[in-house]
Amino acid sequence: MVNQVVNLKGLTLRNPVMTASGTFGFGEEFTDYVDLSRIGGIIVKGTTLLHREGNPYPRMAETASGMLNAVGLQNKGVEYFIKSIYPRIKGFQTNILVNVSGSNVEDYVKTAEMIQELDNIPGIELNISCPNVKKGGMAFGTSSSGAESVIKAVRNVYKKHLMVKLTPNVTDITEIAKAAEASGADSVSLINTLLGMAIDAETRKPKLSTVTGGLSGPCIKPVALRMVWQTAKAVRIPVIGMGGISNATDAVEFMLAGASAIQVGTYNFIDPSISSKIADGIADYCERYGFKSISELTGALIVDDKPIFEITCSK
Amino acid sequence: MIEMIMDMPKSYIMDCRLTEKRILNNRYFLMIFQIPFQLADVQPGQFAQVRIDGSPTTFLRRPLSICLLTSKNELWLLVQIAGEGSRKLSLAEPGDMVNMILPLGKGFSKPDQTDKVLLIGGGVGMAPMLILGKQLSETGIHVSFLLGGRTESDIVLTEEFTKYGELHCTTEDGSIGEKGFVTNHSLLQTTDFNRIYTCGPKPMMQAIAKYAGEKGIECEVSLENLMACGIGACLCCVEDTVEGHVCTCTEGPVFNTKLLKW
Repeated sequence: MVNQVVNLKGLTLRNPVMTASGTFGFGEEFTDYVDLSRIGGIIVKGTTLLHREGNPYPRMAETASGMLNAVGLQNKGVEYFIKSIYPRIKGFQTNILVNVSGSNVEDYVKTAEMIQELDNIPGIELNISCPNVKKGGMAFGTSSSGAESVIKAVRNVYKKHLMVKLTPNVTDITEIAKAAEASGADSVSLINTLLGMAIDAETRKPKLSTVTGGLSGPCIKPVALRMVWQTAKAVRIPVIGMGGISNATDAVEFMLAGASAIQVGTYNFIDPSISSKIADGIADYCERYGFKSISELTGALIVDDKPIFEITCSK
Repeated sequence: MIEMIMDMPKSYIMDCRLTEKRILNNRYFLMIFQIPFQLADVQPGQFAQVRIDGSPTTFLRRPLSICLLTSKNELWLLVQIAGEGSRKLSLAEPGDMVNMILPLGKGFSKPDQTDKVLLIGGGVGMAPMLILGKQLSETGIHVSFLLGGRTESDIVLTEEFTKYGELHCTTEDGSIGEKGFVTNHSLLQTTDFNRIYTCGPKPMMQAIAKYAGEKGIECEVSLENLMACGIGACLCCVEDTVEGHVCTCTEGPVFNTKLLKW
């Protein structure tokens, strides 16, 4: 039997598979399709201090092997979550993390404080990477100083597991990851969506009401994998990898690149039962290759002593 | 709203065998699938999220309205060839397995037994009108169908519709039925309906909603907003209603027009 348990600084997952925020609702939308007790955790929909209506329709465009979205953090606010949603989901036999977002530091802090009071929420994922809101979101995640300001403020009040979700829309993601680590993050999750755009040539109009939106799905996997690999080498805290994972092999690749756990996102839309299948598939992989523990996969990428990239650069 | 999700009837991911493909004309085809087990309580207006394999450009599932569900667990889906997804789907052959999630969404509400009901379908939007008409006629309600399209080839499955009610047609070019739009059809002048159900192109449904609103007729429309997940997770398919942005996939696709900001 393969030991599937993964420990992320104070957060124990039964296996490394979580579901990404914004792709799994509050978990209850998926109970017809997945046994939640067979996955490591779920990250529920981005939650803000106050109700947000989100962006106007159309908010979605299909692209080659992926999709763009511009939902814009539609949610009913943290109070509604606490009163109406939490009581329904707190009994789920899996870790429930809340993705917390805001338009200023105070909003993040207040929301985190309120979530902290909930016994069955062992951690939050701080969203400093949403590309679809005018204020806050990605604005905090694209500079080290911005990331520090919000993470330090939340760290001051929030004592449970603090995961920070990073945006790929930066020159060097490792700089932001290092800033997150220095500011007290317990883990970093990456990548959020890549800023993109789609146009309807027939009407000469953008396909999204916001013109630009966040790209996700299998098409972004190579970019995500590269960023996870770079980040895992740059920080000591656990890295949670995501970006286009659609099967167990994809998940294994992210772990080999250095991820301690993974999140499944957009593919939940294609196969709502995919998360538990991936959990089973990672265990099968370990069995096949003689790994006694899934955590042994983390960073187990085999690279030559002198990677080609370094040889080329040293000339 | 969101609270209702827990009360939604169960839906399933299943592989269904295509047993028959009827090419109706060069733009429409009917697919008949064998459902592996009996689905309890399918409401007219609910839909299936159909997987289209083997193409990067059809990454997402395609929502298709349930056209009919027979006592032998045969599922009918009416498809209009409109884009890459429907074209790929048209290549499936009897014997092929197609993966789908169903039944999804909320369907049309039940009328009163004494209501005079009119079912209006525009183009491929006529699909849910067949199962609705069948169900209503089986409960003893008199059904009038009004099908509309640009031209003759938009009017399909007429022999099926006539099994469950009286059939009226309009086409914009007059090639079949009365010439013009559904809202101009003489039936609306001669009969006082007090409930209209419709599915079709948005301008058509908006014109019907306006007509119904002016006459004080209850009106339900089935929306076709772009969807990604179909199960209330992605929040992409929202319609702006008097209650704010709501998911078409879980709160609809059928809405009473009083809820819409049309």
